[in-house]
Amino acid sequence: MLDINHISKTFNPGTINEKKALQGLDLHLGEGDFVTVIGGNGAGKSTMLNAVAGVWPVDEGSILIDGTDVTGLPEFRRAPFIGRVFQDPMMGTAPNMQIEENLALAYRRGQRRGLKWGVTKKERAFYRQRLKILGLGLEDRMTVRVSLLSGGQRQALTLLMAALQKPKLLLLDEHTAALDPATAAKVLELSDRIVRENGLTALMITHNMQDAIRHGNRLIMMNAGRIILDISGEEKKKLTKADLLQKFAEVAGVQEESDQVLLS
Amino acid sequence: MELAAYFASLDPVNLLKSLPGGVAQGIVWGVMALGVYITFRLLDIADLTVDGSFTTGGAVTAMLILGGWPAWAGVLAAILAGMLAGLCTGLLHTRFGIPAILAGILTQFALYSINLHIMGMAANKSVNPDKFPVFITSRHVPAAILTGLVIAAVLVAVLYWYFGTEQGSAVRATGSNPAMSRALGINIDSMKVLGLGLSNGLVALAGGLMTQYQGFADVNMGRGAIVIGLAAVIIGEVVCAAIFRKGTNFGVRLGFIIAGGVLYYAVMTLILWLKLNSNDLKLFTAIIVAVFLAVPYLQAQAKSSFKLAGRRGRAAEKGGSEHA
Repeated sequence: MLDINHISKTFNPGTINEKKALQGLDLHLGEGDFVTVIGGNGAGKSTMLNAVAGVWPVDEGSILIDGTDVTGLPEFRRAPFIGRVFQDPMMGTAPNMQIEENLALAYRRGQRRGLKWGVTKKERAFYRQRLKILGLGLEDRMTVRVSLLSGGQRQALTLLMAALQKPKLLLLDEHTAALDPATAAKVLELSDRIVRENGLTALMITHNMQDAIRHGNRLIMMNAGRIILDISGEEKKKLTKADLLQKFAEVAGVQEESDQVLLS
Repeated sequence: MELAAYFASLDPVNLLKSLPGGVAQGIVWGVMALGVYITFRLLDIADLTVDGSFTTGGAVTAMLILGGWPAWAGVLAAILAGMLAGLCTGLLHTRFGIPAILAGILTQFALYSINLHIMGMAANKSVNPDKFPVFITSRHVPAAILTGLVIAAVLVAVLYWYFGTEQGSAVRATGSNPAMSRALGINIDSMKVLGLGLSNGLVALAGGLMTQYQGFADVNMGRGAIVIGLAAVIIGEVVCAAIFRKGTNFGVRLGFIIAGGVLYYAVMTLILWLKLNSNDLKLFTAIIVAVFLAVPYLQAQAKSSFKLAGRRGRAAEKGGSEHA
């Protein structure tokens, strides 16, 4: 479903701030893979997701989604394939627009937007039913402006929007990091459910090792712009936090104490 | 004594006489403000092209009417010319990475020369309503008000429809959250160009109406248009929010922008009636706009600010120590 072939990206090349964010990264996801991504700050996790989403062009390598080469496509042209939830809850929704208008925008992700009415009656019933899944009572506030919602509500809405039009790939970039623990747990559970029920292929970055172990069928660890650990299937199910820390130390060759700082 | 003489010299009949004319002009500027609303509020761009494109609309209309075209065709051509100006600003901004405000200034600057060319290098072209078929003129103010209202109502209806469509929603989304819009597959560069084109088309239309109303096109007729447009938008919004406290339908809000233009001109007429120097009008306008722009910020400050927090904190401390 996703093929990342040897991509590299260097920010601010030739300057004192030069940062080799991705260095010949390879990653291949099968259909229905739910991959959790961990790694220290600056490991290249978000950079990898942004490369796939097309926030900027990569320097080398190619990216294929379901066999389509998207390397040369700008962000909005990749949208038909990709659903996204950002770390910042404010980033995934249009604050000045109503809940149903936001859903309608997401429902037309990657489609031509013509002069037909923006939200139809039929859609409204569909949105109401989808909003009920969230259990936040938003189905009764569909004409409320999104700016009036809390961060957690907005993030849950963004998640719903990302999957409204089934994406080939769902990108979750630390999407619970800015939420309080209770809300974060709820949004995470919801993510799990949406991925499972729609059979989505997903990449989820998290700073929480426990979450990374508990969710998904595959786990990758990144360091210095490369994938240094890739565990899936039975092996992943048996994984513990201590294992991860140890493996990180083995592969990255760093002392365990500093890893704790890096990872937790 | 002087004050008494001053008040005695003010003639209420004169005010009543000049007020309808102000209303008619206000409606035309309200139409212009609809264009400003699209960029300023929906796209979140302060577009300064309008000072030029208002004149462009006026110049095109004047020349075509003088060339024997029907007035409505002149106004249609004006709309197209205005859209072209907006397109220019949009492309400077999106294709060449020039900040929107600067792109607007550049286009506006260039339009001064272009407008002179349109008018055959004359700074002023008169369109005598006795000789040429205009459909809105200061010779017949009541008819002008009626025509203006009909045009405004049609435009409000069209805009209400357009911004409710999929495409119009995409334009609004671009202004509200560009990052999200891109992620949802909206070409935000195209939407900005589209919005700027639409906006300047409306502004040029207003310029075409103004030329007919006042009976001439002038190369400086658009000077300060952005400020007057902003004034109409903001006055309209404030009045609308005061009447509909719980918020209201988009179409009604657009209607209040026209009302904002009318109110602005009513105030200007009043100021002139009070025999204040007409050279100071721009100063008054700027002050009005600054005050209205500051109101929402100051209201927020009144509810929550460091000053207030500090005062509350000191009061609580004092109260606490008394209890201790």
